Amino acid sequence: MTTTASPERTESVTTPRPSRRGDRAFATVVRVAALTILVALVAVFVFLAAEGWKGLTSDSATYAPFTSFAGYIAPLIVSTLLASAIALVVSVPFAIAVALFISHYAPRRLGAALGYVIDLLAAVPSVVFGLWGGRYLAGYLQPAHVWLHDHLGFVPIFGEPSPNGRSLFTAAIVLAIMILPIMTAISREVFLQTPRLHEEAALALGATRWEMIRYAVFPHARSGMVAGTMLGLGRALGETMAVAMVLATTPTTTLDVIGTASPPTIAANIALNYKEATPERQSLLIATGLVLFVVTFLVNVAARWVAGRSARRLAR
Amino acid sequence: MTTGIMHISHARLPRWAPVLAGAVALALAGLPALLAGWGPLKWVAAAMVVFLVAMPAWSRVVEGRRAAVDRLVTGLIWTAFAIAVSPLVWLLYVVVRSGAPAINTEFLSISMLNVIGDEQGGIYHALLGTLLITVAAAIISVPIGILTAVYLVEYGKTSRTARIITFLVDVMTGIPSIVAGLFALALLVLLFGPAFRAGIGGSIALSLLMIPTVVRSSEEMMRLVPDDLREASYALGVPKWRTVTRVVLPTSLAGIVTGVVLAVSRVIGETAPLLVVAGATDGVNTNLFDGRMTTLPVFIFSQYASSTPVGYQRAWGGALVLIALVMVLNLIARIVGRMFAPAQGQ
Repeated sequence: MTTTASPERTESVTTPRPSRRGDRAFATVVRVAALTILVALVAVFVFLAAEGWKGLTSDSATYAPFTSFAGYIAPLIVSTLLASAIALVVSVPFAIAVALFISHYAPRRLGAALGYVIDLLAAVPSVVFGLWGGRYLAGYLQPAHVWLHDHLGFVPIFGEPSPNGRSLFTAAIVLAIMILPIMTAISREVFLQTPRLHEEAALALGATRWEMIRYAVFPHARSGMVAGTMLGLGRALGETMAVAMVLATTPTTTLDVIGTASPPTIAANIALNYKEATPERQSLLIATGLVLFVVTFLVNVAARWVAGRSARRLAR
Repeated sequence: MTTGIMHISHARLPRWAPVLAGAVALALAGLPALLAGWGPLKWVAAAMVVFLVAMPAWSRVVEGRRAAVDRLVTGLIWTAFAIAVSPLVWLLYVVVRSGAPAINTEFLSISMLNVIGDEQGGIYHALLGTLLITVAAAIISVPIGILTAVYLVEYGKTSRTARIITFLVDVMTGIPSIVAGLFALALLVLLFGPAFRAGIGGSIALSLLMIPTVVRSSEEMMRLVPDDLREASYALGVPKWRTVTRVVLPTSLAGIVTGVVLAVSRVIGETAPLLVVAGATDGVNTNLFDGRMTTLPVFIFSQYASSTPVGYQRAWGGALVLIALVMVLNLIARIVGRMFAPAQGQ
């Protein structure tokens, strides 16, 4: 990590005539830096595994109130998936609409500025989202909890409504807001890359703007939209503070997302329990972190793979 | 007209039709709003619904089904944008309104040491912690990030290794911050025993989150440097590494600085990894390598978790300071980017 000092050192040596030595040293330094990325990712996995494996098989008292690792993590996984799913369902239509607004509907000159406004949403720290979600949004969404229970109560996830709105549902709404910028950014990128001739051809054939978008833009952007959605999913799975701060949690197993007693997500569970952790508990939390890492890693790999498979490279 | 001249255009609503419909919708929604005493928010929301029904209906009658669908989608997309922006506006408003009363010189200049109950506390220790940990994270990640970008642009190009690293950098942007924190924790615990906590662990976690951002933005900027410059340098007999350090890097410097500042502004608000690995303390700790260290986001979280009115008050004050920091960093990044950007293309 400290090899970066060498360019300065070799500089003084090479002044007399252009030698290959400086080149070789610099090339090595640069390669080492690039390989650090690889090493870092492997190290994340190795260290989490090294500390976490103890957490997989300690004595059953560690997993209280459950008795095994599987029992401990199952409700957390259910909560994580539920919260992420709700966040995606809410966020995806908005992300696509906002991206379309910026790329095709807003006045051309305003487009960039409006994109910047959406990016500002990404700049707000998650702890501030949590504070706002717990203190304000939860209260405002409480009537929505009651409504969901009254009208959709037959769906198992809409059980007894929480009296203060601090439920997994509210946390999921905060997640939806937090993942909106990344999904918008990716969709916007691919919408803007639609070949201009396709769009103009559609319009010349008499298509309305919406028909042009449906028949020229969407087919072209499909893989980008899928990739953006998966990246959003990756963010939602791993987001910690918003959930930890909004949710009033208890370690029970329930599917009810609008009640007072939902288990936290994997990430939030770590943040909420790290404090009173004995070494065994600490290993257990690291083990759950390893599970989270593997899952988000796979989701991200899949997302980038989908994005890269399409003809355009997204980030270039 | 009667002799069979073909009309090749449909009947169209005039250009001002949406404006008129909007005004009518506002007026229509205003009636119940006045009678039931709705706030402005409910009034505008009701007007939106009226507009979304009335505009396509009018269009359906005059222009036909396809145009009506188009009008409906246009309305929906504008509405979606308005709704998407509203949390940002609401949140900023709430942070400023709730945070401003907490801010005074004492709040910024004292720590929470020996502060009991409702006494005046401060965020000095947290500001210092955030500064130290973030600077250390930048010191770790900026060289690695920039050199990796140099490798990708100047050395690796389209080789297999370069493609793998580009891919991994992309994947790395998606690592959950709590996982980065746990990694740093596992590292420190393995090296120094289970109870060890230190600010440097936070820096390691944050640099893991910063590196991909720095690589991406530096890479993008270096690709913008025209090949002519490189070739001119080579033609003068300048070795490759000096070409990179003296021509490519200075030319793209503004863009790289912008990227670094944006990366800093992204990690400065990170809470979860610091909570796990750097812990929290009430006093000032300036030693990165020993003992717990509070950062601003962790301060906000622990004050929030105390669930007392004064705790909430301090949390909002901290949130306002944090948001201001992030926004200022963002602004600096944009200004640096804009001030120096046009010059580099020449």
